[in-house]
Amino acid sequence: MNIAELQRKLLAAARADTPADRVPYAFEKRVMALLPSRAGADQWASWTRGLWQAAVSCMAIALLLGAWIFFSSTASSDSTDLSQNFESTLLASVDQGDQAQ
Amino acid sequence: MEQTEAELIAAVLRGNAASFEPLVQKYSPRVFATARRYARLESEVEDIAQEVWLKAFEKLNSFRGEAPFEHWLMRLTVRTCYDFLRAHQRNRESAFSDLSGLETDWLERFVTQTEAAADAADAAKLLVGRVLEKLSPPARLVITLLEIEDRSVREIAQLTGWSVALVKVRAFRARAEMRKILMKMATEKYL
Repeated sequence: MNIAELQRKLLAAARADTPADRVPYAFEKRVMALLPSRAGADQWASWTRGLWQAAVSCMAIALLLGAWIFFSSTASSDSTDLSQNFESTLLASVDQGDQAQ
Repeated sequence: MEQTEAELIAAVLRGNAASFEPLVQKYSPRVFATARRYARLESEVEDIAQEVWLKAFEKLNSFRGEAPFEHWLMRLTVRTCYDFLRAHQRNRESAFSDLSGLETDWLERFVTQTEAAADAADAAKLLVGRVLEKLSPPARLVITLLEIEDRSVREIAQLTGWSVALVKVRAFRARAEMRKILMKMATEKYL
């Protein structure tokens, strides 16, 4: 069987078969009736989507910060800890005053 | 006084949903004709058309007015039809053994006297519908737009959102896929 010729003939048949553009009765009324409910549903959907995205972003930021604090504290655990650094910085001016006297 | 298309769209965007109805009335015949190329059952055609109009209403704010509304709507229609094809990939594995008598007669006439098998025969139309149903969604879309609706590669790229190169690749693969299906049909029927 000549497949190329069969393909050509079948495509020609498809070209000759123009689909009808008939629209069912009151189709536009049906579409119009669906519009408000769809718009309401979409408003909720966009809110839900937004909230979920915000929750995921917050979780990711919390995890990143947690990991950063954990690794930075373990890296500096052999020297003085953060509270001691903070305290010495805060009291540096007092120490300088004492030394001057 | 009758409102122009641009005025109707502007009114819908301002919140007057009723202005959408004349647009639905005017363009539904084109939407239905396009949907009938991809769906066989009338209930499926109606579902596609309904989905197109609901999407058009939702996305109307993305219509910039640079091209005619009809072009924008046709892009939406073709993409909705493609989504439909991807969601309903049924019947693709079925055999050709259930061809009707009319289709078998046409095929036999084609084998014995190729020229006598008329292109416009109802049997050929049924047969090509059957073959198109067996194509993968991208192949069916590209064959329909390129070979049946006779659109250019550039037009297809605009309608589908694919690049020109991708349309060419998919067209090449689609023709090969169609030949493979026809070969399988010929083998099943005549070997």
